[in-house]
Amino acid sequence: MITYVIRRLLAAVVLLFVISAATFAIFYLIPRLAGSSPETLATRYVGRAATPETVNLIAHRLGFYDPVWLQYGRWIKGVLVGAEYDYGAGVEHCPAPCFGYSFITRQPVWPDLLERLPVTLSLALGAAVLWLFFGLTTGVISALRRGSMLDRAAMGVSLAGVSLPIFFTGMIALTIFSYRLQWTAPGGTYTPFTENPAAWFYALLLPWLVLALQFSAQYARLTRAGMLETMGEDYIRTARAKGLRERDVTVKHGLRAALTPILTIFGLDFGLLLGGAVITESVFSLPGLGKYAVDAITTNDLPKVLGVTLMAAFFVVVANLVVDLLYAVVDPRVRLG
Amino acid sequence: MTQSVTQPFLEVKDLKVHFNTDDGVVRSVDGLTFGLERGRTLGIVGESGSGKSVTSLGIMGIYNKRNADVTGEIWLDGQELVNASPESVRKLRGNKLAMIFQDPLSAMHPYYSVGKQIIEAYQVHHNVSNQVARKHAVDMLGRVGIPQPERRVDDYPHQFSGGMRQRAMIAMALVNDPQLLIADEPTTALDVTVQAQILDLMHTLQEEFNSALIVITHDLGVVAELADDVLVMYGGRCVEFGSATTIFDRPEHPYTWGLLGSMPRMDRPNLERLVPIPGLPPSLINLPTGCHFHPRCAYEPRTGGLGSTVTPELTRAGGTNHLVRCHLPTEERQRIWAQEVKPKLEAS
Amino acid sequence: MTDRNDPGAFDPGRDPSPAPVGGVPAPQSEPLLSVQGLEKHFPITKGVLRRTVGAVRAVDGIDFEVYKGETLGLVGESGCGKSTTGRLLTRLLEPTNGKIIFEGRDISHLGQGKLRPMRRDMQMIFQDPFSSLNPRHTVGTIVGAPLRIQGVKTEHGIKRAVQDLLKLVGLNPEHYNRYPHEFSGGQRQRIGIARTLALRPKMIVADEPVSALDVSIQAQVVNLLDDLQTDFGLTYVFIAHDLSVVRHISNRVAVMYLGKVVEIADRDTLYVSPRHPYTVALLSAVPVPDPRRRDRAQRERVLLTGDVPSPIDPPSGCRFRTRCWKAQEICATEEPPLVPRLDDPVSHQTACHFPVVEGEAVAGRKPAGANA
Repeated sequence: MITYVIRRLLAAVVLLFVISAATFAIFYLIPRLAGSSPETLATRYVGRAATPETVNLIAHRLGFYDPVWLQYGRWIKGVLVGAEYDYGAGVEHCPAPCFGYSFITRQPVWPDLLERLPVTLSLALGAAVLWLFFGLTTGVISALRRGSMLDRAAMGVSLAGVSLPIFFTGMIALTIFSYRLQWTAPGGTYTPFTENPAAWFYALLLPWLVLALQFSAQYARLTRAGMLETMGEDYIRTARAKGLRERDVTVKHGLRAALTPILTIFGLDFGLLLGGAVITESVFSLPGLGKYAVDAITTNDLPKVLGVTLMAAFFVVVANLVVDLLYAVVDPRVRLG
Repeated sequence: MTQSVTQPFLEVKDLKVHFNTDDGVVRSVDGLTFGLERGRTLGIVGESGSGKSVTSLGIMGIYNKRNADVTGEIWLDGQELVNASPESVRKLRGNKLAMIFQDPLSAMHPYYSVGKQIIEAYQVHHNVSNQVARKHAVDMLGRVGIPQPERRVDDYPHQFSGGMRQRAMIAMALVNDPQLLIADEPTTALDVTVQAQILDLMHTLQEEFNSALIVITHDLGVVAELADDVLVMYGGRCVEFGSATTIFDRPEHPYTWGLLGSMPRMDRPNLERLVPIPGLPPSLINLPTGCHFHPRCAYEPRTGGLGSTVTPELTRAGGTNHLVRCHLPTEERQRIWAQEVKPKLEAS
Repeated sequence: MTDRNDPGAFDPGRDPSPAPVGGVPAPQSEPLLSVQGLEKHFPITKGVLRRTVGAVRAVDGIDFEVYKGETLGLVGESGCGKSTTGRLLTRLLEPTNGKIIFEGRDISHLGQGKLRPMRRDMQMIFQDPFSSLNPRHTVGTIVGAPLRIQGVKTEHGIKRAVQDLLKLVGLNPEHYNRYPHEFSGGQRQRIGIARTLALRPKMIVADEPVSALDVSIQAQVVNLLDDLQTDFGLTYVFIAHDLSVVRHISNRVAVMYLGKVVEIADRDTLYVSPRHPYTVALLSAVPVPDPRRRDRAQRERVLLTGDVPSPIDPPSGCRFRTRCWKAQEICATEEPPLVPRLDDPVSHQTACHFPVVEGEAVAGRKPAGANA
């Protein structure tokens, strides 16, 4: 097991390098292919009123004249050991991990990420609890009552849930529940948990429900399929033959076995969500990593883009590893490595 | 609901198990009647689709109540099961009557240790602590011949070999001292040397527990090893019933003859050709009219048209307690067996 | 549903007085297939860098020959390596060591390209009639595939050839366009056999071809295989665990245990006077369908205790010694070669230092030297 974990961690590190290099290359190449030069790039960051000398200065300072591998190397060095920034008026020390300074705001990126993470985390956790609860119970009941009206209705609703995009359901929900009925908080009113739990809850309630709707639909279908499969297995018949109550047969034997693949998928979904629920955060104007990523891309702010991409990749890679390890814990037949 | 005067320990009367499906009614068990005493073994023989497995599920009460239609009577030690409440039958399951299945690897849950599953079987029917239940589990594993049971009790099913796994499943079924044990193809998935061990074990345990044993199989060798009485099933019905010696020495049903002819036998000189039963087993939705076996019966023309139109009843045949469901008269059947079928089976 | 329900009323061109199934074909000088020192090891890797720490020695040095027109039965229990051997013979696997010589040519390490023309001559029938046919292909496609792949020129077209094959195995040629799920297990096995026959092979390796079938259907398929052998002069390697079926169909039988052949002999000799203790145990374990012999059979049965050892780390010397009641010191140090023992003819070879003699008292229920 240990050797397996080590091997996976090494692979993860390599992967993160590759992802960062690819992102870097993309953001380096695309403007240049569109015909930009270091000066035109610098202009974007400095404003139209700047003089050519200022533009030149900024371009040098931001490293636009250096070859791509040097720029990338500098950035990697910053992430690993920190960097020093000479911005003329003084030297600022940026401790590791240093994801650089935003081209736009000139603020360090890493603290930004740390500030945004709790928002995304709150959103993801709350939604996860909801979608697991609703998805699993609906799936189990549907499977047990397969073919009944209840089953068909549940699967119909879940089909809608899966098909309707979040920007649609989110907008509709906001319009109806927040603005018309004023039952839930309007967009953009996030309060951290540590400040005011009640307000935190109130602000996240609608985003949770909207996000959970889409996921619980998917999980209901998954659970239903998994349950149908496990409830047909021989060990279910044995459990009944032992005289177990039907409730125990369903949960302790059927659901337990059906949960394993769902666990895997959940891990991956959650990992992805931690990288930023981009659409939900945008619709509800929540200051999380997803919105941060959108802002960074639209303003062509490379350090921010790199920072948030790497953070998201990190979560996905870790989620993958955790899920694989959990699989071995849950299913004694699985031997890793 | 009538009870017989001196009722056998297990008495099944006109048991019918029909399933309602989209394609029609599947008449898996279509009127089965038999009795079994404690300490005796009944072998139920049949091929796929004969209804033998459904019979056992019917006796245990494990069937999908929503689309299964069960009629008839099942009397276990004076208690009727078909019309009893599901809860009262559940309390008997795994307790007074227990079952072991064909493939022990798929019949046990892969995520729980063998010990945990045996403990579960015990605790469903006895309100005791985990320690006490565990002691019973270890004890039972030892009794079925698993070495180092206190160590192996925490192993998972996939960590056992095929034979040991089947022993563990037997332990799980016997942990509550059941009085009736049903074994559905218990050795089909096992190697022949392991099969011999398991058959030996089952024989020993039956004597120890004085339980009634039903062995369901398609292997006539296994039947000959274990069974006192044999019930041959075809198309959901009993077509022949008798003691093991009768069935193997003086069978009187053409299907039984066919089964005996299909088997290559190591205790006889080699036959040039096997004598199979022509055709295929019937669909349980569209069973043939009259005698279910008539389309495949070489002797049907001798019934004067009865075979295809009238369902034969179970009637007395040559041996003691010997019943056969066939239109041909007993003398004719015995003659055919002695003069036509038997010589072909023994020819060299 | 098949309309051919009597395999006896078989195909035209059949000799009305066929040679007996058990008859041994005329002795020949050159075997059709020869296997020498055949080994197949599956490596086990461990550690960060995937070092090979051991191997599953599925087949660990076997030798035998198969002559044209005969049926060699290969028996053994799970884990003995018989299925792996079957796959090696048809080169679905490449041997780790040793040689496979087919019709005088060494095919042990031929590449796929060179193998392809040879595949016309050796074919395989698989055990599971449900998974060995592609459910998305029609029967016509399945049976015709070998003809298409090998580019065989047929007289009246592939469709006609396929229909002839279907008739040959007792299926209705009009079912050409049906899918496997529309057939029963026994019929699917017949489809598999038809596919195997398409290229008129010289040798067929049948891996448990009837194990998954009901007893009465088994008999039909066994008879069919017998008839086809007579009509087409086929050579069979029949792999099975059912000793009764093997006895019925084979001319010679080889017994395998833990990757090695422990005994090989003519069919009747093996079943009447087995020499190897494992063979004795195996034969005594088969339940006899005669209730009157029940007590005697149980008394005479040799019950092997314990489990088969792991093929990763087989016992030294003779592999069977851990469960053998005759095992002595030499069995742990020297592996017995597969040679004729006592007064046996060349055709009867046993790998044992202390082969069983006729009339010898076989240890009863608790063999000595067995693990608890």
